[in-house]
Amino acid sequence: MIPASFDYVRPQSLEDALASLGEHGDDARVLAGGHSLLPVMKARLADPGVLVDIAGIEGLSGISETEGGFQIGAMTTHAEIESSALVQERCRSLAEAAGSIGDVQVRNRGTIGGSLAHADPAADYPAVILAAGAEITVAGAGGERVIGADDFFTGTYETALHAGEILTSVRIPAPAARGASAYLKAAQQASGFAVCGVAAGLALDADGAVESIRVGVTGVAATAYRATSVEEALTGSAPSAESIRKAAAGAGEGVDALDDFYAGADFRRHLAGVYAARAIGKAWIRASGK
Amino acid sequence: MAQAPKFIGAPIKRRDDPRLIQGLAHYVDDFNPPGTLHMACVRSPYGKANIRSVDVSKAAAAEGVVAVYTHEETKGIGPVPVGGLVPDAKVPAQPILADKQVLFAGEPVVAVIAETRYGARDAADLVEIDYEPLDAVVDLEAALEPGSPKVHDDYESNQAFTWAIAGGDVEAGLKEADVIVKEKMTNARVAPLALEPRGVLAHYLPGEDKMTLWTSTQVPHKVRTLVAGQIGMPENRMRVIAPEVGGGFGSKLNIYREEALAAFVTRELGLPIKWVESRSENFMTTIHGRGQVGEIEMGLKNDGTITAFRYNVLADCGAYYQLLTVAIFTLTGLMLPGPYKIANMEMNATGVFTNKVATDAYRGAGRPEATYILERMMDIAAVELGMDPVEIRRKNFPDKSEFPFNTSAGLSYDSGDYHLALDRALEAADYPAMRAQQEEARKDGRYLGIGFSTYVEICGMGPSAALGGQGWESARVRVEPTGKATVFSGASPHGQGQQTSFAQIVADGLGIDANDVTVVHGDTDVVPYGVGTFGSRGTVVGGSAVVYARDKVRAKMAKFAAMEFEADANDIEFEDGKVFVRSAPEKSAGFADIAMMAYSAIALPEDTDPGLEETHFFEPSNFTFPFGTHIVLAEVDPETGDVEILRYVAVDDVGNMINPLLVHGQIHGGIAQGTGQALEEEMIYGEGGQPLNASFMHYALPKANRLPRFELLHTTTPTDVNPLGAKGVGEAGTIGSTPAVVNAVIDALSPFGITHIDMPLRPERVWRAIAEKRA
Repeated sequence: MIPASFDYVRPQSLEDALASLGEHGDDARVLAGGHSLLPVMKARLADPGVLVDIAGIEGLSGISETEGGFQIGAMTTHAEIESSALVQERCRSLAEAAGSIGDVQVRNRGTIGGSLAHADPAADYPAVILAAGAEITVAGAGGERVIGADDFFTGTYETALHAGEILTSVRIPAPAARGASAYLKAAQQASGFAVCGVAAGLALDADGAVESIRVGVTGVAATAYRATSVEEALTGSAPSAESIRKAAAGAGEGVDALDDFYAGADFRRHLAGVYAARAIGKAWIRASGK
Repeated sequence: MAQAPKFIGAPIKRRDDPRLIQGLAHYVDDFNPPGTLHMACVRSPYGKANIRSVDVSKAAAAEGVVAVYTHEETKGIGPVPVGGLVPDAKVPAQPILADKQVLFAGEPVVAVIAETRYGARDAADLVEIDYEPLDAVVDLEAALEPGSPKVHDDYESNQAFTWAIAGGDVEAGLKEADVIVKEKMTNARVAPLALEPRGVLAHYLPGEDKMTLWTSTQVPHKVRTLVAGQIGMPENRMRVIAPEVGGGFGSKLNIYREEALAAFVTRELGLPIKWVESRSENFMTTIHGRGQVGEIEMGLKNDGTITAFRYNVLADCGAYYQLLTVAIFTLTGLMLPGPYKIANMEMNATGVFTNKVATDAYRGAGRPEATYILERMMDIAAVELGMDPVEIRRKNFPDKSEFPFNTSAGLSYDSGDYHLALDRALEAADYPAMRAQQEEARKDGRYLGIGFSTYVEICGMGPSAALGGQGWESARVRVEPTGKATVFSGASPHGQGQQTSFAQIVADGLGIDANDVTVVHGDTDVVPYGVGTFGSRGTVVGGSAVVYARDKVRAKMAKFAAMEFEADANDIEFEDGKVFVRSAPEKSAGFADIAMMAYSAIALPEDTDPGLEETHFFEPSNFTFPFGTHIVLAEVDPETGDVEILRYVAVDDVGNMINPLLVHGQIHGGIAQGTGQALEEEMIYGEGGQPLNASFMHYALPKANRLPRFELLHTTTPTDVNPLGAKGVGEAGTIGSTPAVVNAVIDALSPFGITHIDMPLRPERVWRAIAEKRA
């Protein structure tokens, strides 16, 4: 549990951090909360030559309202997100996901930016990011760009971030008038990571029919994905417990699921259906209760 | 003691806790003598491989590296000590560093000594070992098939030993039976995972020809005798110190390679050598527990009377034995009849070598395995006979009047009242209401289950002859000139809290405050030769030694008081810090005044030497047999396979309790650990013999948020095999909980026709069992 030696820089501005990354290229890694990177370094599964710690950069942390939603700085901790009244009100599934990560110590140090950039296939946030239709802002030498949720997660531990870019913030759109969301997961009992995590966000029209719905699934496949067949099946009509259960069964169908000693592929596909039904049902109750 | 106990039986808070909670305690890793060098081991990544070559040149040349050791330089060190063998056991010599072959993943091949811990770890990566990977033996049953790869090339097969125990006539018992139930069950291999991993610091002083070995152990004197023997040093030149030890659960009741290695290297280099295990090393190289696969056959009459019980079992030894590997499985046999009148019993065990780290004592050590299969079979039989699980157990309990109760496995249970513990538990749980709740829930499509475990365990290890030696424990009690008392115990507690309970024992006997008693243990230069803490013996055997040593000191003090008061020594009383004449209480002096008399020695009673220090070695006349009933109410989510424990009621009879708070702490931890085995824990190996879940990211320890509030009750049936009447409590929770939890889950799933699922009952396994029945 002793990492190989590495250099450490702690730039005070985003420009300096980007310059550092540019200078060291592939040898450098961005250090945010350190709760994904440091464990793999200690196990010597990774040995970057330079860590660029972005904790000293002002303005990368915090939750603020924006026109049409709210924004979370990359260095905002899971604990801050979990306990934010704004997040709880505007995107309950995000607060639920944050509150289900690891344990208290992990939530006090780990950050949303670090987790998203790390893109663990069993992390909790990706399901919510997909279901909420979030946008991810990244900064690079050439300036800022915004990546849509659907384009961000490209593979296991792989994202649309380019080499030398730093994830700076996440924007969550405002919920619809009769909108709500929920996140539920089956946790691996050792790590707390999702064996299957499902986030559902939906909006109802005046008659109670589903106007829009997005369902994000994490932990099941090599990359988090949207259960589009479920979304399509439920859009346009008023849901019932039965219709949700039927539609949700499709959440895992045909998915090339992960298979390990803790949960086989068929079990994961099955759980995707169960948790999709439960998360959608919960979001639906929340939305209709408004 | 004439007066009523003031401290014994009182729920006094543990003295250890403030320093532990505040991080002020000193573990091995907290000691840093000047000049300390650090050791890192290069370990096999393979279950089995030939070592073609080892090149340490780059490591040796690395900055800060002082020395590098391979098998060649260390072959003079004696092999790892083993004991508790059975007659036909094949005993492979476990080298300190592997020579031509590695036989399990994690086996050390090279040791690097460097000025810093980081430097040693970095240099370890520079060692080049050319391995030729070989087929590994992983599965117990496959290991015995003809043509299986072998763990040890020079043995004919992977059979390590055979051992059988029988009482009565099982064949006759089966013939007599109305029904015979059979099942195959697994006790998975699990990791003890003490929160403090192992660690050793060895410091040899050439001028004094004296070595101090700090090591995280449960048995410092065994380490001294055996490690000194391994490196060819007189044991009285070695001082072993077990400082704060952060848990052991049996895993530190062992002598490990790194202890002899560090002791050897410090003698070569004359500088302190430190090695502290990483968590991955702890998973891979510290012993595991359990590891049994067996077939059970049980005969019963239609009224539930058990006529026969047979267990044919394969026991996973690993590649080499550790100190008590083989002995653990024999404990399963001894406790096979459990708390029941089973006239005909039999266990046939076959030890099996596998390319894995050794199994050995893990909290309960052989008894949880016996209790698990027996309590599972009781439920399976109850289903078969259409009986309530409570009634089938009652049917087979010996009555209170039948004690001492002699079992068919050859043990004599000195005392017990199994019906009483069961009654108390049923009442506390409100069993009829629990069944009604289960019935109601089923109507709502919810699956609740009630699980029982009525257990008896063997504790207070134990009479020396029965253990194959060293079943006693030592204690010395000194009353200081100022009237403070110091206990020197040969037991080596490592979290059990005897610093508090031994003080209670001494305070009561001497009529002083418990805060005036200090308890010292774990230092072989300071305490009398001792055996150690394991097998729920710390208080039962070690505490009894304290009682006798205390009484000897008291008797001597009484002589000084009698001289002072011109009274009879038998008429001297000790109470509230005073020593006085019972028949003439105005003749009184302070406890410290009498103590000072003994040290000033200006006047001495007849035939009495100065000083107040007495030693006692206590040899128990029998084991002790704590027992109890655990009841679990659990709910299973059939869609996800999740198990939630809703209620946990435990009635444990551990005899007299010295400190109920300590007893509860032990039961809490034990229940949690046993629940872990039931629901989550299992070491999993790939085909090549590599563990796949050797980290806390993959191997789940039970967490508080998965456990309910424990409802703990007691009955008290004292034993007379020791002066405290205590039976031991270190393992009760672990033994009682595992079958109770599993039985609750299986009971919940009974509407599906499920009668057994092997542990651990992880969600996937539960879900699959339901899916199979639904299909």
